[in-house]
Amino acid sequence: MANEIVFSQNHIPGIRGIDVYLENGGYRSVKKALEMTPDEVIAEVKDSGLRGRGGAGFPTGMKWSFVPRDTGKPHYLVCNADESEPGTFKDRELMEVNPHQLLEGMIVACHAIGAHRAFIYVRGEYVGPLRVLNQALEEAYERGWLGENIQGTGFDCHISLHPGAGAYICGEESALLDSLEGRRGLPRLKPPFPAVSGLYRSPTIINNVETLCNVPHIINNGAQWFRQWGTEKSPGTKIFSVSGHVRKPGNYEVPLGTPLMTLLNDYAGGIREGHTLKAVIPGGSSVPILPAEKCDINLDYESIQAAGSMLGSAGMIVMDDSTCMVWAARNLVHFYRHESCGKCTPCREGTDWMYKILNELEETGGRKEDIDLLLDITDNMDGKCFCPLGDTSIASVVSGIEHWRHEFEAHVENRGCPMRRRGEAELEGAAAAG
Amino acid sequence: MASLTESSRERVERIAARYPERRSALLPALYVAQEQDGYVTDEAIEDIAGILGISPAEVKGVASFYTMYYNRPVGRYVFQVCGTLSCALCGAEEVIRFLERKLGVRAGQTTLDGKFMFEVVECLGACGSAPVMLFGDRYYENLTLDQLDQLIDELRSRPADEPQRAPQLTGLEARD
Ligand SMILES: Cc1cc2nc3c(=O)[nH]c(=O)nc-3n(C[C@H](O)[C@H](O)[C@H](O)COP(=O)(O)O)c2cc1C
Ligand code: SF4
Ligand code: FES
Repeated sequence: MANEIVFSQNHIPGIRGIDVYLENGGYRSVKKALEMTPDEVIAEVKDSGLRGRGGAGFPTGMKWSFVPRDTGKPHYLVCNADESEPGTFKDRELMEVNPHQLLEGMIVACHAIGAHRAFIYVRGEYVGPLRVLNQALEEAYERGWLGENIQGTGFDCHISLHPGAGAYICGEESALLDSLEGRRGLPRLKPPFPAVSGLYRSPTIINNVETLCNVPHIINNGAQWFRQWGTEKSPGTKIFSVSGHVRKPGNYEVPLGTPLMTLLNDYAGGIREGHTLKAVIPGGSSVPILPAEKCDINLDYESIQAAGSMLGSAGMIVMDDSTCMVWAARNLVHFYRHESCGKCTPCREGTDWMYKILNELEETGGRKEDIDLLLDITDNMDGKCFCPLGDTSIASVVSGIEHWRHEFEAHVENRGCPMRRRGEAELEGAAAAG
Repeated sequence: MASLTESSRERVERIAARYPERRSALLPALYVAQEQDGYVTDEAIEDIAGILGISPAEVKGVASFYTMYYNRPVGRYVFQVCGTLSCALCGAEEVIRFLERKLGVRAGQTTLDGKFMFEVVECLGACGSAPVMLFGDRYYENLTLDQLDQLIDELRSRPADEPQRAPQLTGLEARD
């Protein structure tokens, strides 16, 4: 499709294999980049305005420029393929469908930052993507696109796969590095930032899968070409993972700045029959929930922020009018309680307290004071946690109470969830028969 | 059993040699151990510690941090059902209750015949095809109760000595 960059080759049969990939212009940007100086490559990426697609949205070219020169230490590139933010499932498709695109972007990035060794840290549950990438790596080594002196250019580049083992916190870049070093994945104190002291205390750049997949296209076509999509501050396209109560959930790559309702209705097929839109989480579980009346916005970093949420990982979770917001908040806080690494008190204790209170509200109604107590706890966590996991774990609670306080109150009055579990009766029947 | 076999030790050695620092091989090494015995035994922890040059306590601390390693024998067929929001919006709670009934155990327990265990896990990164379950190497997506019912019946009829089916996370060392 005309508006796709990283998904633009998905329709080509066999694009997963190196032959078809090469026939379709694959690895061209490696040759081009290796004829440029690292600074020229960085400048091109800077000019494109590409921002990190892993969640924080940090400008990629600028990040690369932070790597010091001539440190005498090896430099490393690490691709973050931990993809564990609830609602996000785009990197999986990028890796499974077009693995060489990622490897190509990584080789170019290695050249830009002076690295000869790179790792792809893939969440352990992604056995499928790991297998596909392993095969792609075999092919790339065999054809001389990886290894020593690639394509006779004199540039050495090695990429290895590293499976994670089930821990959301390992998606946070400094925890990821600890995990890659064979430790528990605990966030590190910053500074020093990884660009200066990262893997094995050497300069390290960590980039998301989607970020790196954009790189070959920017090098091949130029920064201005990339800027034909998106807005001034949010150039390019973005993959939105749409899930929940829509007719056609899936990954959709659209220009940044596309209206949310266009994505929801024209791409994702709209809300399922007989229901209406209630709420959207636009950027993965860590960002505030938007009520339907605030969904008339464009999907770019600035507009979503102005509406009170964030673009985050662009994992869009859609909820219709059958959804109880206390139940939804309990579900998400359960996630953060489970994934808190336990290193700092506000997060470890705060997520546990929030969960207990939300569970009471949902099951037996709790007490009227509990709603303000929840807000009090979030206040004591906001900005006081060691890493963003704790700080963002409050998003669904704060926005939930802000927009649906009456639902929280109804739980107290009703002594539990008034929308109690549809479908329970049918289920009993099915299980009894089974 | 229990201690690493010669071939497992060689695999760990080979993996360790790929990294600038050997300790980085710890997570992959724990997968080698788990593949051998179905869980990570204390003896394997000692062996891995020896090969990588770190203390057994450190290895144990790492193994217990990550949810994909087991420190006890688990069912031969382990289902990991996602319970996080997108899946919950699309029927994960029904899937979980169905499994409780059908298998007669709660999440985290193994059936008396040692065949099945199911766990409720956090987001598997496949939310667009909710509800989702990881079993063996495969994601079961847009999972229905019928499909699950048939799968369990089929697995129940398998011979009692069939090997454990778990995610295979070894052998990912494309030459480099
Ligand atoms: C708790 C937590 C989890 C994260 N998980 C991921 C993840 O799964 N994948 C990812 O690319 N970035 C994740 N990030 C963001 C990374 O720390 C980092 O910003 C990103 O990988 C940088 O790459 P980018 O600049 O290309 O986006 C996470 C951050 C936090 C705080
Ligand atoms: S905020 Fe949570 S995840 Fe982050 S360091 Fe503290 S305890 Fe760990
Ligand atoms: S919420 Fe179930 S796979 Fe993401």
